[in-house]
Amino acid sequence: MEKHAVQLRGSTADDSRLRAFFKVLSRQKMLMLMSLPFLAWVIVFKYVPLWGWTIAFQKYKLARDLFDQTWVGLDNFAFLFREEQFYLVLRNTLVMSSVNLVLGFVTAILLALLLNELRRVYFKRTVQTISYLPHFISWVVAANIVQTALAPEGIFNVLLLQLNIIDKPVLWLGVGEYFWGILGATEVWKNVGWNTIIYLAAITTIDPTQYEAAEIDGASRLQRMWHITLPGIKPVIVILLIMNLGHILESGFEPQYLLGNGMNVEYSENLDIFVLKYGIQMNNFGLATAAGMFKTVVSFIFLIVANNLAKRLGESRLY
Amino acid sequence: MSKTKSKRYSSMGDQIFDVCNYIFMFVLILFTLYPFINMLALAFNDANDSIKGHIYLWPRDWTIQNFQYVFSESNIFFATFISAARTIVGTVISVFCTAMLAYTISRSEYALKKFVSITFIFTMYFSGGLIPSYLLIKELNMLNSFWVYIIPGIIGVFNMIVIRSFIEGLPEGIMESAKMDGAGDFITFVRIVLPLTVPALATVSLFVAVYQWNSWFDVFLYNSSRPHLSTLQYELMKILSTSNTTASAADAFANAQGNKTVVTPTSIRATMTIVASVPIIMVYPFLQKYFVKGMVVGGVKG
Repeated sequence: MEKHAVQLRGSTADDSRLRAFFKVLSRQKMLMLMSLPFLAWVIVFKYVPLWGWTIAFQKYKLARDLFDQTWVGLDNFAFLFREEQFYLVLRNTLVMSSVNLVLGFVTAILLALLLNELRRVYFKRTVQTISYLPHFISWVVAANIVQTALAPEGIFNVLLLQLNIIDKPVLWLGVGEYFWGILGATEVWKNVGWNTIIYLAAITTIDPTQYEAAEIDGASRLQRMWHITLPGIKPVIVILLIMNLGHILESGFEPQYLLGNGMNVEYSENLDIFVLKYGIQMNNFGLATAAGMFKTVVSFIFLIVANNLAKRLGESRLY
Repeated sequence: MSKTKSKRYSSMGDQIFDVCNYIFMFVLILFTLYPFINMLALAFNDANDSIKGHIYLWPRDWTIQNFQYVFSESNIFFATFISAARTIVGTVISVFCTAMLAYTISRSEYALKKFVSITFIFTMYFSGGLIPSYLLIKELNMLNSFWVYIIPGIIGVFNMIVIRSFIEGLPEGIMESAKMDGAGDFITFVRIVLPLTVPALATVSLFVAVYQWNSWFDVFLYNSSRPHLSTLQYELMKILSTSNTTASAADAFANAQGNKTVVTPTSIRATMTIVASVPIIMVYPFLQKYFVKGMVVGGVKG
């Protein structure tokens, strides 16, 4: 009896809270009108495709209706995990994103440190502006530039021939083993300037009195960089590194697709290209969706772990 | 001033460091700019002369023929038009809508603030992927239309966060006083918030415009059978993939075709590269101080 009364009281409390909520909401019609259409948009364009994952468990035929497909259970996944090509593209994906991660971090931090040492503000700003340029151009243009530079009579071969490092032109994009290096260098060329933005912002938060004290103590420029600037931006480096680890299965799509060719396919094809090839070009939607789902789910787990790690480190730094 | 400076430069090691640093910066500038200068030289050089090679920093045989040819090709001309159209229409619509949404979730009194924010931010971590998205577009009958370039990308979550953070940094009193004067949320947004948010809008506009101008994959995926909806980047991409490993083979082929050709794939590629990158090169330096700030805000909150 008493229990019942408690429950009743609980439900009326809920009721009145709900009523209060709707009362507030009814006064916010304009805000709703300004946001709910986009809520509908995000549900249609971002959440409905999640429901499309059911395709991974079907033998999907384009000619048939969405609800009239044959269910095949885990067949697509079984096929995927038996497929040798899948492990090859997984290897390529992991290697390429690791190479890009390491190269990207090291070069961006180095450039940020060196930019910070430039005393002439105008020169520093000019270098920064120029270094952002490749980030804004499309991958099509960037791939075009890389192909032109690496062509048999391109500038790269010409320079190496002049310096007697090679004795005949090399078809750089035609040798699979070179692909990861070429991709890494291209990514650095395109994004190193852009990636310095966050580090340079972090450097400005370092207390200038530290530098003055070090100068009085007779520390050289290199010593100041090593003992003050680098430790000063260490928290940002750690957070970004962890966040990027969460994206380890995202090795990019455009550069590999645009620079890849028949001769380097064993090294250039990654998970995204695998999905495109099986899905759109070979109409094996079930298998392609299974591969895409594998990527998203593993990425999500990595991201959650990375986020938690970053948060924990962020908190511990507060004390 | 000069005294403290000379004191700072006193040590020998520091001076060597400075010299090396400046040399390094010049090498970096060279590496970054050389490809563009080279493309410019090729674009303004006679196509048949370019086959002989050794064009580096300056054209040997000046001509504007390559540009005339590129723009007289109707498909490239239309592609440039579509690229410009999607950049303008897409940027205006997307930035306005993203800002409007960002305004609503910046209002602390909005009852659905949390729900709407979380629903959007979740999509940063999870996506249906290529195949379900493609099938969705197909089911919505949006294949082979211009709107497939605009509607699927109307809200950018990262951009939404950048604008929201900016609005939250505005003095609350401004919006309060607008409300006192009887302005509704929409009027407050358009008349008060939008003009004050210009720095954030400039950042986001640049990001969206660059994305739109540089896109080719959605053309390839959704509209590849519709030549009149092609974009400049997609046309360039097609040229790139037909002369894939080496441009010279295609040049030799063009040359062998009776020497009647005034242009070669190498020249067309160089010319289109210039056409495809010049609009961006002309715009981004002026927005530098905005996007640097925007990146830092988004990077911290995102």
